[in-house]
Amino acid sequence: MTTEEPMKEPEKSLVRARGLRKEYGRDEGLVRAVDDIDLDIARGETVAVMGPSGCGKSTLLHLLGGLDRPSGGELWLDGRRIDRLDERALARLRRREIGFIFQAFHLMDELTARENVELPALLAGRSPRDARTRALSLLEEVGLADRSNHLPSALSGGQRQRVAIARALVNEPTVVLADEPTGNLDSTATYEVLRLLARLRSSGLTIVIVTHDERVAATTDRLISMRDGTFVDQTRLTGGTRGSLADLAGLER
Amino acid sequence: MQQEVVLAMLAKEPSHGYELQARLGQALGPLAEGINEGQMYVTLTRLEKGGFVARVDAPTERSDRKVYCLTPAGQERVTEWMSDVSWPRPDLSEFHMKLIVAAQGALADPISIVDAQRRELLRRLRDVTSAAMEEREGSDAALLLEGIVLRLQADLRWLETCETSWTERSKNR
Repeated sequence: MTTEEPMKEPEKSLVRARGLRKEYGRDEGLVRAVDDIDLDIARGETVAVMGPSGCGKSTLLHLLGGLDRPSGGELWLDGRRIDRLDERALARLRRREIGFIFQAFHLMDELTARENVELPALLAGRSPRDARTRALSLLEEVGLADRSNHLPSALSGGQRQRVAIARALVNEPTVVLADEPTGNLDSTATYEVLRLLARLRSSGLTIVIVTHDERVAATTDRLISMRDGTFVDQTRLTGGTRGSLADLAGLER
Repeated sequence: MQQEVVLAMLAKEPSHGYELQARLGQALGPLAEGINEGQMYVTLTRLEKGGFVARVDAPTERSDRKVYCLTPAGQERVTEWMSDVSWPRPDLSEFHMKLIVAAQGALADPISIVDAQRRELLRRLRDVTSAAMEEREGSDAALLLEGIVLRLQADLRWLETCETSWTERSKNR
């Protein structure tokens, strides 16, 4: 069985949090959205965070990505303390170190697929030529080479999310953070995105995914269950089943 | 394989066992891997004895070359099966009782039973999802795999409800 393996050495974690907290309101109205969390994510690991709405999983993701500041605790990314960065340094970190994937894609409607992918590269100071080359190669990687000049409105949901994934990768981020990446997708598109995430995972990318979708969670290395701002369960998902697929379908043999 | 499935496949045209097996493999994709080929011949022989199928080839042919067709009795059974609405019943009561007696007799923590069960279902879901990812979009097998995925998801959601409920109960104890 594969439930509890020893955690990786903290100093080797790509993402490391100690006593991480995020509070809203005060006194009677105090809400501890993230309540004293310790977390270590190894380089190349894929982690899913699940839990009911309001359990703090999105807030946690925002803290990890520097979209929001913790109320307390310590946070490291790739050995560097990031919970006390000033606004400018934080913006730079988000641009260069973090790849974000959102439920609603967040693509710019008036830009083509290629331009959407190029934009963060240009903002990070790459040359237009370099940005374009990278954008085209990433669009090819996500299977959309022939859609690079399409506007998002001319793409399916699955294709839009694949553009958004290409965009998340354009600055070679240290870690990719995904908030409900399949939340707006039908089953076919969900598999498109799952296939792509599986490829990224095998290429060694570190990914943290907040999700309601058990399919997404089941294809990661580790599943964290969150409730009321804390982790209530962690499961390593490296094992397969003992039975066969035919058994699962109820087929007699 | 269920007799009715084999019978209904013969409604298309008289066939060899191996042709039926190939059609089955097409429809089931990776799920067909666990199915024993010999089972098809056993089923056909039983159906022949029961008068639901008949040989249409020369009786001297090799046994794996037997071609079968539906008899009127077989045809009738297929029609009946097509209109049958029975459905596999998920047996959740056993697990439900396990949690209750575990708590009553202090045999184990119901919440850790739920957690262990959830891990097992997630492993199954991982296998089925991987198989579904490899399947060609819109294939027969993809549709079946999606059904298994959805049932596992429903079971996982029920386990989540169980966990919430048992967590509440342990707080109030």
